[in-house]
Formats: sequence, C-alpha cells, structure tokens
Amino acid sequence: MREELLSIVEKNSRIDLKELAVLLGAEEIDVANELAKLEAEGVICGYHTLIDWEKTSIEMVTALIEVKVTPQRGQGFDHIAERIYNYPEVKAVYLISGGYDLLVTLEEKTLKEISRFVSDKLSTLDSVLSTATHFILKKYKDHGTILDKKHEDSREVITP
Amino acid sequence: MRNFLSDKVQNIQPSGIRKFFDIVSEMKDAISLGVGEPDFETPWHIRDEGIYSLEKGKTFYTSNSGLKELRGEICNYLKRVQNLDYNPDKEVLVTVGGSEAIDIGLRAMINPGDEVIIPQPSYVSYEPCAYLAGAKSVIINLKAENEFRLTPEELENAITDKTKVLILPYPNNPTGAIMEREDLEKIAKIIIEKDIFVLSDEIYSALTYKEKHVSIANISGMKERTLLINGFSKAYAMTGWRLGYACGPAELIKQMTKIHQYAIMCAPTTSQYAAVDALKNGDEDVEKMRQAYNQRRRFLMNAFSEMGLACFEPYGAFYVFPCIKEFGMSSEEFAERFLKEEKVAAVPGTAFGESGEGFLRISYAYSLENLKVAIERLKHFVERLREEKV
Repeated sequence: MREELLSIVEKNSRIDLKELAVLLGAEEIDVANELAKLEAEGVICGYHTLIDWEKTSIEMVTALIEVKVTPQRGQGFDHIAERIYNYPEVKAVYLISGGYDLLVTLEEKTLKEISRFVSDKLSTLDSVLSTATHFILKKYKDHGTILDKKHEDSREVITP
Repeated sequence: MRNFLSDKVQNIQPSGIRKFFDIVSEMKDAISLGVGEPDFETPWHIRDEGIYSLEKGKTFYTSNSGLKELRGEICNYLKRVQNLDYNPDKEVLVTVGGSEAIDIGLRAMINPGDEVIIPQPSYVSYEPCAYLAGAKSVIINLKAENEFRLTPEELENAITDKTKVLILPYPNNPTGAIMEREDLEKIAKIIIEKDIFVLSDEIYSALTYKEKHVSIANISGMKERTLLINGFSKAYAMTGWRLGYACGPAELIKQMTKIHQYAIMCAPTTSQYAAVDALKNGDEDVEKMRQAYNQRRRFLMNAFSEMGLACFEPYGAFYVFPCIKEFGMSSEEFAERFLKEEKVAAVPGTAFGESGEGFLRISYAYSLENLKVAIERLKHFVERLREEKV
C-alpha cells in the first residue's frame, strides 16, 4: 500500500482520507496510520502547492546557480551546504556529480536581488571557489506537470 | 441498375453502438463514459521510437508476418508474463490490431456450416466476422450470477457435432469479467473431449485486478488447440497504431498468413518499430496505468454501493457493468434518458448481445475528475428514477 499511497499523494496532496481509502481498497484507519508513519519517518516531508507565478501579478525570478566549493576536512560538503540552505530565499540545494559541486535554486523578486545574493553572500563564503548563475526564462514543465497545456480528450465519444 | 451489393454484407446489422454515437455527437456538453480505449496517450518513449524509425527512413513494407525482431519480442513477452513458448518464425503473426487477427483466424478455420460458439455479452465483431467466414453463430447468454464467466454446463449445452470453434473473450469487454485458472481448467476438459478449437481474445490481458491473467493456452493440452490473440492497443495505450498479433499452431498461422498477405501485406511498419520498444521497455508504464485503472475501478464500485446500484465486482479490462433492472426499463431506454436528462453517455448492454439487456457498460478509461462529475450525475438520475417509481 505504501508505494501506491505515495504515488497518489505525490500528485494530489489535498485528497481526503475517505477517498484515499477507496482508491487504495483499504480501511480509512489503516491509511491514516500509514500516512502518520510516513510523516513521522520523514518520508513525506510536506504538502506543497505547485504555483505558476507567471500567471499572477507577483514578480518572481528563479535562478539555478552552479557552485564550485572546497570540501572541508571532516565534514565534506555538508557544512557549506548548510551555510547556503539556511538562507530562506534558497529553495533547493543539491550535491551534484560532474563539473561542479552544488546546484542552488534561488527564488527572488528581481534579477538585482539575485545578483546581490550571489555577489554578497554566496561568493564571499570561504570555501566557495566559483559560481555560475543561470536565470530561468520560461518553465515548461515543473514537478511532472506541463504548465501551459490544457489536456483535451481527442478520442471519439463512443467506441466499442 | 442492378443491386451491386452482396446479400451477405447486407444481412449484417450495423453495430448497435453506431446509433448511439450519432445522438451523442450532436450533444455539445455531454460527458462520455462510452469509450473503449485508454485515456492515456502512448508512453513517450514508445512514440519516440516510432518517430526515430521514420527519421531513419524505415518507411517500407516489413515481411508479411511482421518484423523478425518484433516477433521475437512478442515471444519473449509471452514467456515472461505467461510462461508460454512460441516459435517466433512459425507460430506468430503480426496483424493490424487484434481485430484483423479475429477476422482472419476465423476465416482460416471455418468451413461453410461450421458452428462458432460466442459467449455474450462480448465485443461486437465476433458475430459478423464468423458470419462472413461462413459459420453459424451459436450464442451463449452469460449470466450475472456467474459474474459473466463461462461455465462448463453452458459450454456443454451449446456444443453440437457441428461445433468447430469457441471464442473466449476474457478479460471481457463489456462486462469486465475474467476467467481464472480453475474456470479455464473446467472448460478445457470439455473442449479437449469434444475436440473443438479456441480463439482466445486476450487483448485486455495486461489489465486484471485480482490474480495475473492466465491464458487458456497455459492449461495442459490446450496450446495446440488455441489461437491466442493479443495486441498493443489496451496494454500500451496504442489503439491508433493498429497493431496486434496472433499466436498458435504453425499450420494455422501459415494459413492465416496467406490471407494476411493478400488482404493486408503487412502491419504498419512505424507501429511495429514502436511496438518493439513497448515490449522491451514498457512493463513499468503498463503497471502504472493498471494501477490508475484499478483506483478508478474501486472508486466506481464504492460509488455504486453507496447509491445502491447492483453490480458484480469486475476484475478485468476497464469496464464496469452495473445492473439497471430495478428501474423497469430497457438498457437502451435507460441510456437514452441518462444522456438526455443528465448529459452522460454510457453504452447500453444490449450493444454487446441480447444478454446485455438490463445492464449498462461504463468505461473507466477516464480521469478520476471526469468520473466524479459523471457519477454525481448518475446519482441524481438514479434518485429521480426511484422517486418516479413511488
């Protein structure tokens, strides 16, 4: 049940318990217990909403920043990652294999704020060697959802 | 001018679905639950392989029986999921959908006057195909109390000394019924004893919600008297690609290949290349879709039980077949009123044979959101009909 439960709530975190139980063919109480367990174990980390900010009047700029760092003795990359992810404007930090070390996703209201963050805060950290900032121009698909496409049923209405 | 049409073709009734289709198409904001194909698009990696084959210029005929690689993958698949051994060179034919395989399979087996047993409710093409092949159809009216499975008694009663072929349509469209191993073993005994042949239409085999599907070819002594028909439409959401296949005894496949060769040449080349990828890399996609169907199936069964609508639990395909006898009207009447008054189209059970009277086929090849709206309307409708009756 665990895997199927996760695949449902991953797509729809607003689904109510009763419906969830029906879809899984399980008892409500068992589903509730499983959900509580998944939350306690930190498997389910939150119930977020996917928003296309483009369609609002709120300005929002997203940047992906590649960061090269010197790992620190005894702590590897964890310490520097923590220094970075503690900034609330940082939305995601990943350790990456390949040409650079950390990938940082940053959301700000303006380009200026992003460049200020990179030059004032990120680049000045001791172990940061270099950064490369990429601004996102358009989001086509996010979290598995295609943003600008309405699904249309193009099937014939009745078929045998 | 003289009548240039054959008596035979004029005797065939147009599909009962057609008439209903015409009414629905004229209605603008109707929701349909009448579709017999997946709502999913073909998984992208499969489509991509089709596109790639076009880019590489694979635009020619394939061999009559289909790409060697595809036949090989079909055999691998049947071995993997059903533990069946077929020889890709002699016992497999790639066809234009399962539909073509049904047609040419019957044509390759029937002599004038032979009888073909067709359990109903079932897919609309068996009877006309049998008729065109020169057979006499013997219909078995399956019963709701048996969950629309074929029982050994029903089969035995339908067999005469002219019986040649039994069509075995499971998992079933329109009822969603399945036949489990024990059910198959019981009828296999009779089939072997009476020396008849089986055309097993297993197009929905990937979509079962209890045990994994068992092919009758898997029952001891049955493989040599079974023509197994399957395809890509339902499992991989590839209806528009028109690709299916038939597996069976070499001599039968050889004769079918002759008809196929003269009537069709070969199945569409692009589809065949895409299908190779479907079989190689598509298991996970099939499982995901199966899981989504299963959730919808549970949702519908729960909704029916809440509104007190009688429906046996179907474990296959993507249809539920609720009983509407309590409202005292025919399936057709019910479906027409449901469409006119609530703007929801569902196919009357009678479109799949007389024994579908009193039932409605509801397809769950729709998103949960769609199904929720439709079920809300069905609830209104059912409540109103019950009030009318008092």
